[in-house]
Amino acid sequence: MNLIFTPFKIIGGSAHRFIRELGRMGLFLAESFFLMVFPPYLLNRVVKQINFIGVKTILVIVLTGAFTGMVLALQIYTTLVRFGAEAKLGSVVALSLIKELGPVISALMVTGRAGSALTAEIGIMRISEQIDAIDAMALNPYKYLIIPNLLAAIISLPLLNAIFVVVGVFGGYSVGVGLMGLSSGTYFGGIRDFVDASEILEGLYKSLSFGVLIAWISCYKGYFTGYGAEGVSRATTQAVVLSSVMILIWDYFMTSILIG
Amino acid sequence: MIEVVDLHKGFNGQEVLRGINLKVEEGVTLALIGGSGRGKSVLLKHIMGLLKPDKGKILLENKDVSKLRGRELRRLKEKFGIVFQGGALFDSLTVFENVAFPLREKTRLKSSQIQEKVLEELARVGLTGSENKNPAEISGGMRKRVALARCLVMNPEIILFDEPTTGLDPLIGKAIHKMIRSCQKRLNITAIIVTHEIPAIFPLVDRVAMLHNGRILAEDTPEKIQKSKDPIIHQFIHGELEGPLSVQ
Repeated sequence: MNLIFTPFKIIGGSAHRFIRELGRMGLFLAESFFLMVFPPYLLNRVVKQINFIGVKTILVIVLTGAFTGMVLALQIYTTLVRFGAEAKLGSVVALSLIKELGPVISALMVTGRAGSALTAEIGIMRISEQIDAIDAMALNPYKYLIIPNLLAAIISLPLLNAIFVVVGVFGGYSVGVGLMGLSSGTYFGGIRDFVDASEILEGLYKSLSFGVLIAWISCYKGYFTGYGAEGVSRATTQAVVLSSVMILIWDYFMTSILIG
Repeated sequence: MIEVVDLHKGFNGQEVLRGINLKVEEGVTLALIGGSGRGKSVLLKHIMGLLKPDKGKILLENKDVSKLRGRELRRLKEKFGIVFQGGALFDSLTVFENVAFPLREKTRLKSSQIQEKVLEELARVGLTGSENKNPAEISGGMRKRVALARCLVMNPEIILFDEPTTGLDPLIGKAIHKMIRSCQKRLNITAIIVTHEIPAIFPLVDRVAMLHNGRILAEDTPEKIQKSKDPIIHQFIHGELEGPLSVQ
């Protein structure tokens, strides 16, 4: 009898844990947004976190943006040449970067550089009782640790995405114009003809939502970390993996909503 | 007066506190002793409203701490100060900023007044000249003294100490005990000290409570606790390996 019920027990237990965790995560985000409305508004902490999440990620974004644009131009050019449509290189590179690669890759870079560090920092604050110390002072830890990160990520991600796209377009330009011999006017003319505000807004919505996802998951995993160094290390790994997977899943749903 | 009534708390199905009953009168210093991992710190966190009990009450000024929410709970927490086991200093702030943190966040004092108060408190715990150091640059004993200064700077009515001298050498430990006692006398605060420093703690406190198996086994004056015939208390305070307590 046990043999029959054991698989159901395991599946049921896992499903129960998953739903409970999802509920806790939902409440964590809802409480953060709710508390955001009320004072104190710790603007200096938000600025500090914009520096940490945004400014310190610029170099990584510039590097990945440049090479993504370059490889994209190289691949697309060799394909377009077969159809005699190489004049469309600028628009294809720009649209790919604006609508997909910019938001997704910049979000993945922020996850790797800042998201993991956020989880580790908040996790260490939890295990060394620093979060309890804030609570004991009758202050709300969400105000000091969660909300500034959430706001900083929401502000930083679209800006990093914009940098990624601009650098990527110039990376594509260096390959298309510099290496393949396309004229500069053809490259930028294609962009001007095919890219409009709706495309840029699509990328903006995506990067905004990725900002929420990264800060939400990273802060949650750090705030409810397990015990000791092992607990923090596990929470950090989970935050990076979950954020990366969720970015790609959410990207699909966002795209289907925005296209539909 | 702090009164704990039939307090129960469990984690992951394991019951840590199994019906704690304890009274701490105003202005009294109580030492809470007992084996490691038996729930002493958990009890402290309940008293301060940082944890919610599964069952039971914690009464302070006739109000049940565990039932308080929002502004009322914040007001209650403002009466407390706590010195955590590792100090719980903020890594990203200097010693000065750590002590100034509650003043900056909770009061409307001018920065000159904050500076004056912080320097005064740091001088009281013997840390003049360490204001600009980071917590990582100072010793364990100094960290505990900074934590004490951060706690005292807000003039709490009740202070909870979670193993304030654990991991320190006997001299620094003694100095911290003396500091705690002088603060307690000077400000007439109520204090609960979770400690393993036996018998060093006995001359410094008014009452001693022993936690065993999730309950308060005995609560009395240090003299009576030391003379207790209870085999568990006797074995514990004399640190004997033979007896009803087993080393886990």
